[in-house]
Parts: sequence; C-alpha cells; structure tokens
Amino acid sequence: MSLFRVFDISGSALYAQSVRLNTTASNMANADSASSSINSTYRARHPVFAAQLAEADNEASGVNVLGIVESNAPLRQEYRPNHPLANQNGYVNMPNVNQVEEMADMISASRSYQSNVEVLNTSKQMLMRTLALGD
Amino acid sequence: MAISFERALSVHSQALGVRSQRAEILAANLANTDTPGYLARDLDFKTTLASLQGQESPLRATHAVHLQPDGHTPGQLLYRTPTQMSLDGNSVEEEQEKSAFSDNALRYQASLRFMGNRVQGLLSAIRGE
Repeated sequence: MSLFRVFDISGSALYAQSVRLNTTASNMANADSASSSINSTYRARHPVFAAQLAEADNEASGVNVLGIVESNAPLRQEYRPNHPLANQNGYVNMPNVNQVEEMADMISASRSYQSNVEVLNTSKQMLMRTLALGD
Repeated sequence: MAISFERALSVHSQALGVRSQRAEILAANLANTDTPGYLARDLDFKTTLASLQGQESPLRATHAVHLQPDGHTPGQLLYRTPTQMSLDGNSVEEEQEKSAFSDNALRYQASLRFMGNRVQGLLSAIRGE
C-alpha cells in the first residue's frame, strides 16, 4: 500500500525543514557574535536540500539534507575601538548573517513544515478510514 | 449463487490503488517544495485506471514503443508544467499541489465510501436480514 510511503516522504521533509529552522535559529542567535580574528568569526549556515534518489524512475522521492554549508558573503567590519575584541585599527569582525533573509527563510521553513504536517494528517485519516472499511 | 468480491468491488478497489499512488506522488511534490532543481510530477488518473481495468486505449499499439495520442503510456509519471518557474529550477507550486492533494484525498474517501457501502450490502445479503 503506497499510502504508507507518504509517512516516509513527508517525514523526510519534516526533518529537512526542522534542520533549516535550526540553522536559522543558530544564525539569528549568533547575528552579533563578535570575534577578533576573521577565521573564528561565525558565518551564516544554510542547509542544502536534494531529492532522494528513487529506485525507479516511476517513484516518488522524499528530501535529503546533503549537508550544511557556511555562507561566503564578506564579514561585517564594525568600528568599535572600545570593544575588548577590537584589533589594532579598532575594528571588530561581525558575522555575515543577513537577519532579513533569515526571517524570510524562517517563515518559508515553518510554512513548508505546516503543509507537510497537513499532508501527514490527511494521509493518516485516509488510512484510518480504510481500516474502518465496512463498519 | 456465488458472491464475486472481485466483481462487487473491482472498480473502487483499483481506483483506491491509483488514488493512494497519486497521494504519494503529490506528497513527494509537497515535500520537495524547497529542493533546488526538483520537477513536480503527477499521474494521469484516467489512463492509469483504464489500463488497470484492461481497457484498450483508442489507438491499438502493436509494439511496446508505439505512442498513444496523449503522448504517454498509462501509469507513467508525467512532469507538471509550471505557470511560473522559480529561479532555482524547482517547478513545484505549493497551492496547486495542495489543492490537488486534498482533491485526491476527497475522491479517495468517496471511493472508500462506495466500497464500504458495497461491503455492507454484501453483509446484509449474507445475514438475510
């Protein structure tokens, strides 16, 4: 019965979207984490999604999180001579987190999560009705 | 007189099979709304069910690779044509997929209801009430 596969497929999407929400939370939390060196500065993280490989061409596939990559955008340099982590020129390295982008990403992730939960609920109802067939 | 379950339930049980297969495909589309490069797919319910029932398609094919007028063989997954392609190559349109999914779920439950009534009919025939 292929309806049971919906649980695998939507479950993989729920996992993927929660990873996305986690990275957004981490980015937002660290948006102002200052650092003295460029290498140790926090960089915005984003998950990379890919469709799971189907065994046959005629098969539906779920989502895989291939990995989490760090953004290559340039770091913010803030002039704060009194900051304890400032370098000799008075600059502090700040993360390259774009908070507006992160908020939009968060809304998109939560909407996708919701619609996948709805798919799960509907499929569960369909299966429950099938089990109650002939009652 | 023998009761033929096959004959009593056949259309609806086959329809349920195709409906659940379609639900799986639409769920996969909804799962991949944020996957770059994913192409939304769907199943042609009519031709798939007709082929399950053993109906011949309008043009008789004498060879496996002969094309049908619709341009596809029954049971094959097709690609949806998006109204607006997104920049990352994803062709899933969430609203369309959602409405197709709930439509499919409703029709699944309708088939289920028909089948349930048939079962009840058979039961009352067996009981002779």
